[in-house]
Amino acid sequence: MKKKLLLFSILLVFSVILAACGGDDDSGEEGTSDNSGDNGESTSDNGGESSAEQVFKANIASEPFSLNPSLANDATSSAVLLQTFEGLTRIGPEGEPQEAMASEIETSDDLKKYTFTIREDAKWSNGDPVTAQDFEYAWKWALDPNNNSQYAYQLYYVKNAEAANTGEGNLEDVGVTAVDEQTLEVELENPTPYFLELTAFYTYFPVNSKIAKENEEWYADAGENYVSNGPFKMTEWSHNDSITLEPNEEYWDKDAVKLDRIEFAMINDFNTELNSFKQGEFDWAGSPFGSLPTEAIPSLKEDGSLNVEPIAGTYWYKFHTEKEPFNNVNIRKAFAYAIDRQGIVENITKAGQVPAMAAVPPTMFSDNEEGYFDAVNIEKAKEHLQKGIEELGYDSVEDMPAVTLSYNTSESHAKIAQAIQDMWKENLGVEVELSNAEWAVYIDQLHQGDYQIGRMGWLGDFNDPINFLELYKEKGGNNDTRWHSEEFASLLEESQTETDSEKRTEMLKEAEGILMDEMPIAPIYFYTNAWVQDENLKDVVMSGLGDVQLKWAHFE
Amino acid sequence: MLKYIGKRLLYMVLTLWVIVTVTFFLMRAAPGSPFSGEKELPPAIQANLEAYYGLDKSLFMQYVDYLISVVKWDFGPSLKYKGQSVNDLISEGFPVSFALGMEAIFLALALGVLLGAVAALRHNKWQDYTAMIIAVLGISVPSFIMASGLQYVLAIKWSVLPVARWESFAHTILPALALASTPMAFIARLTRSSMLEVIGNDYIKTAKSKGLNSTEITVRHTIRNAMMPVVSYMGPLISAILTGSFVIEKIFGIPGLGMHFVTSITNRDYSVIMGVTVFFSVLLLVSILLVDIAYSLIDPRIKLADKKGE
Repeated sequence: MKKKLLLFSILLVFSVILAACGGDDDSGEEGTSDNSGDNGESTSDNGGESSAEQVFKANIASEPFSLNPSLANDATSSAVLLQTFEGLTRIGPEGEPQEAMASEIETSDDLKKYTFTIREDAKWSNGDPVTAQDFEYAWKWALDPNNNSQYAYQLYYVKNAEAANTGEGNLEDVGVTAVDEQTLEVELENPTPYFLELTAFYTYFPVNSKIAKENEEWYADAGENYVSNGPFKMTEWSHNDSITLEPNEEYWDKDAVKLDRIEFAMINDFNTELNSFKQGEFDWAGSPFGSLPTEAIPSLKEDGSLNVEPIAGTYWYKFHTEKEPFNNVNIRKAFAYAIDRQGIVENITKAGQVPAMAAVPPTMFSDNEEGYFDAVNIEKAKEHLQKGIEELGYDSVEDMPAVTLSYNTSESHAKIAQAIQDMWKENLGVEVELSNAEWAVYIDQLHQGDYQIGRMGWLGDFNDPINFLELYKEKGGNNDTRWHSEEFASLLEESQTETDSEKRTEMLKEAEGILMDEMPIAPIYFYTNAWVQDENLKDVVMSGLGDVQLKWAHFE
Repeated sequence: MLKYIGKRLLYMVLTLWVIVTVTFFLMRAAPGSPFSGEKELPPAIQANLEAYYGLDKSLFMQYVDYLISVVKWDFGPSLKYKGQSVNDLISEGFPVSFALGMEAIFLALALGVLLGAVAALRHNKWQDYTAMIIAVLGISVPSFIMASGLQYVLAIKWSVLPVARWESFAHTILPALALASTPMAFIARLTRSSMLEVIGNDYIKTAKSKGLNSTEITVRHTIRNAMMPVVSYMGPLISAILTGSFVIEKIFGIPGLGMHFVTSITNRDYSVIMGVTVFFSVLLLVSILLVDIAYSLIDPRIKLADKKGE
């Protein structure tokens, strides 16, 4: 009996061991073949001489939300979609929108009607022609409230789009019509001087209506149903692991495309991303695909490999303007002026960020590098604080209600908040408490007004100042500050109907002036893209918004 | 025995129900919504989204719906990844986590028992001290530090193994080692102390005096009897490996299930939170049962059925 038990227990142990071995062997065999290929590539990438190897590898950190352009709402999806799809226009290497799917664009005098002629040789990756109907279908599909597109509001510039999306209007009334296969007519709510920037944005991309009508889930996986009309097509999508793109032979401008393959990995760890880059497994590490670990930036800067490019984004603190003490403009100014922005970008963020003394980034208003006030002005801050205290009827600083600064949990936000807490204590003598919450909770608190000072940032969706200013046009929505100015709002309204671009810029500047004088927000810095890349990689186009197009990219 | 197993299965269902209920209500009590973003959604779209995922029903009805879907083993669509179902996420991610976990358990067992046995047989000699220093290091260094250390030395400095990803056998070695380090150290210590205890027992002395050679004594009598605590540690070990793989999967960019276990919570991806929790619970409950059965088979003194009488 005992012997049998012994035998059994030994068998049990062995079977566990064998099972484990079996598992390993399986995964081993499966992967070895890919691996040998991979190793070969990475060594040749490292060598750099291989002019034939045109394979771009980078890390996009996480699974994209959706690779259906009508549903996508995040930077990761955008990084892929910009390579695989193409809108009526595309932001060219010079940063201006140029004709892409549209070969001709006619604009009515009042800038409210656009007629696009789709180029004749525009084709989907399966050979189907790209038609005006494909655009009409995609836009209306995104606006259809039943499809739950979270970025449908990007299409609200089109006539009746907002009504259709909120269920008040009819989809048929939306101002986009395919007159024939080649002609797309678009009517807008207002003259929108930046509309051709918008048509390069992914929510405005077309969808192959033939396939989408037959197969609702066409975008869930790579395969014959996943067709795109851009320079690349997706050949493999291993969820949560990797995405592979190859040139689209049907693309109208395929001669411009030089890469043979793009491989995106999804590693959600930026140290690993940088380490893999150093080992030659990636050709790019950092923004906008992934991100660089903050601790590594100084050493990368020192050895000269760090690239920094300003992008359209502002990191700011929002004040709750309906709660004491920040219902007083002087108190808001005091807090804003007492922040040493230069110190923050030099000692904390370190990736070449620019101190922000304005709301709109310098990529849109070039004179905003100077801004509307000093990067730090303690004297002025103290004056405003004194004035504010008197206006609110307090005896002294100590008499002021307790102030809490909120941010969403993250090491970098915490460091900045601590530094600013210290600056306020030193410069104003105000004790501020810090409070952090995880993103989903934090965003709820802000929307519900359960905060006093809150961290937030805004990255431009399209290249126009209105994108930053309209955030504060009305109470609610994005405007958690609850600040409202009639003058500001009407300037923005007027700018929408102004067809002269210089006059319009003036109006927007004036509006920004009001915003910076009332100060519902305290800008801290303008974002940058910081990255390292393979030295032989050329002609990667990074737009002012910070997104990257690989259409023209190649290795030398 | 069968009766015992039947009873255990019943308890398992009960435990699972408690887990599902507690997780469901805790999850819904947490503030934040899966659709919250900096830009608030138009109310119409928000309402539509909620209706689509059944979030507009009363909480109790959602709970009932959820229990039904658990019984049917269909966890519905992910709220975060469009077009993917929770079942897809599990069936894609679990094999990877399973392979990683098995490799780690194998390494932990093999190296741990070896170290522990060596330490016990060479008690208070340099082999013992070396093994125990390794064990103390293994227990006290957290797995993510171990992971970064291994990555730095073996992948970056010496370039013998790949830094990250999950492609070939070579890719699995570093994450499995990092994951195995703590349990390996624990097993080594367990094995050592229980072997020292066993070595002093009368039956070992008897075996020696019978003239059995020392290898036979060690393998047949000492190690076998010393394995009891190690086997009972297998249950918690499996759970530690499964739930602890998150950090390792993140650092090495491995597309496993551990990642969803944590990211789904920050995403408020309700269906994934529930699906993964239920899946892991079932897995753990089953593995604990198996360990208990194995335990009774190895040690005849333990009779499972007897517990009923207590």
